[in-house]
Parts: sequence; structure tokens; C-alpha cells
Amino acid sequence: MDNITLIAIASIVTAGLTIALGSIGPALGEGRAVAIALRSLAQQPDSATTITRTLFVGLAMIESIAIYCFVVSMILIFANPFWGHAITQAAGK
Amino acid sequence: MRLSPDEMIFWQYGVIRLNGTILFTWGLMLMLAVGAKLVTRKLSTDLKRSRWQNLLEIVVTGIEKQIEDVGLSHPEKYIGFLGTLFLFVATASLCTVIPGYEPPTGSLSTTVALALCVLVAVPLFGIEEQGLTGYLRSYVEPTVIMLPFNIISELSRTLALAVRLFGNMMSGTMILAILLTITPFIFPIAMSTLGLLTGMVQSYIFSILAAVYIAAATRDHKSKPEPDATPESTNNDSKRPTHG
Repeated sequence: MDNITLIAIASIVTAGLTIALGSIGPALGEGRAVAIALRSLAQQPDSATTITRTLFVGLAMIESIAIYCFVVSMILIFANPFWGHAITQAAGK
Repeated sequence: MRLSPDEMIFWQYGVIRLNGTILFTWGLMLMLAVGAKLVTRKLSTDLKRSRWQNLLEIVVTGIEKQIEDVGLSHPEKYIGFLGTLFLFVATASLCTVIPGYEPPTGSLSTTVALALCVLVAVPLFGIEEQGLTGYLRSYVEPTVIMLPFNIISELSRTLALAVRLFGNMMSGTMILAILLTITPFIFPIAMSTLGLLTGMVQSYIFSILAAVYIAAATRDHKSKPEPDATPESTNNDSKRPTHG
């Protein structure tokens, strides 16, 4: 196994692991946030606009963790800097 | 596979290259500016008005109300900045119904530029509202120990703004491209509808977060006369004069 194969294996496996593990936490957190927001909406329908706005902003904050993981895995698959480095080295030889 | 419209190059002369991001951004700017100019050319104040004026009035009053709800008491001061951010990001994602178009917000350079605008605008509004020393004092607010953490949070939230918008927009186009190779007919349409919704939510969140940051920077830290500053008591106190 040469370097390029190793880099490819490591990148693909890490990309899968990144998105798999990284989506667990935000999913749990978002579910909890939505559940509590729905409960407080049922209890206080008058303050629906405030609750909804805060919920959206909070969800965006939580979701951004998952988005970071997604961006990292996309970079690992489609725009891998190590892969590009290895390819240019192999071409230079 | 293209990761962003940065890699669609239409024209190149030396180091100057005209890629998809710049071209689509110019198109959006042209559309927004010419559209606003055409609509506001003949405004009427009586009940008979054009439908486009009604549309713009709904948009402007809606944005003003949202800014006011965040806690900024003079929304007309901030609507120029926040409304522009919202309208640009929203039209950038709405125009994905046009074939051949890719949202310029799906490129990291655009979103970083927008987030840098927020990074610069927040201290400017803060200094304008409570003076240079008053604004700088907000960095050492509970104690001096919090100074590096406040600065780090200022930078990291800018990064978060940029990467959040980029990730959402890029994932939309990326999922569409992947689905087109797997299930080419019906399912991508459903996903692009979902992409429209995501784009609207993201544009709302981008501008509302910018408004929250500005509200945090312009809030006066000194004027808290109540010894118990619980949210309920301050809300009741601030609402009581309007009823009386």
C-alpha cells in the first residue's frame, strides 16, 4: 500500500465517522430543544412569537455543530489537501 | 464534483478570473437594486397603490418588527444593514428555482465577506451608541479575566456565521447533485423545495443573529437601576409606563 491509498482510506473512513458521530449530539440536542419549546408553546400560547424566534436561533446554533462536521467531511472527500499534496508529489517524481 | 460556484470560471485574463460566485452576486445586486428603484419610482401614500409597493412595505415593516423584537429600540437605524443582509441571502437562496443558477452563498468567500461585514458593523454600532470607552468596557464586563474570552467569542461567532451559511447552502446543492445521479426524477424536486425552506430559515437566522450581536453591543451596561435584575421584573417595569 502506497501513500496515496493510505490517505484515501484514512480520508474516507474519517469522513464517514465525522458525520456519523458528529450528528448524534446535535440530533439529541435539537430534539430536546424542540420538545421543550413545544411544551412551553402549549403552556403559554401568548408568547408564541418570542418562543419561536428563540427556538429558531437556538436550533441554528445547535445545528451549526452538525454543519461543521458536514463541512469537514466534505472537505475530506472532495477537497482533501493531503490528497492533493500526495498527487502533486507523485506527479513531480 | 464542484464544491462551490467558485470553480465555474466564465472568463479569465491573467490572475483576474470571473467565476460563478462573482457573476451571480452581480446578478443579484442588479436585480435587487433595479427592482427597488423601479418599485420606489412612483410611491403613493393614499390607499390606491401598486402591488409591488405593497410587497416592499410588507417586507420592510416585517424586518423592522423583527429587529424591534430582538431588542433594538430604533429599528430604522439598523434596517439598512440588517435588511440588506437578509434580502441578499434570501434572494440568493430563492433564485435557486432558476435553472443553471447556483447560490453565491454556497461559496465560502461570499459568506466570509458577509460575516466580516457583521464583525466590523457590531463595534461601529456599539461605539456610536455608547461611546468608545463605554463599548470597550463591555469587553471587561464581569471581570478583566473575561477579556480574552470575550475577544475569542467575537471571532469564533464570526467564523460560525460564515461556516453555518456556507455549510447549509453547499449541502443543499451537493445533496441535489448526488441525488440526481441516484434517483433522477421526482425526489430532487422535493429536496430542492426543502432547500428553499432551509435557505429562508438560514437567511432569517443570519440577519437575526447579526441583530442579536448588535443589540448586545449597543445595550447600555450602566443603566440598571433595579437591584434585582430578573427578566420578569425588568419587563414589567418597562411595560408599565406604556399602559399608564
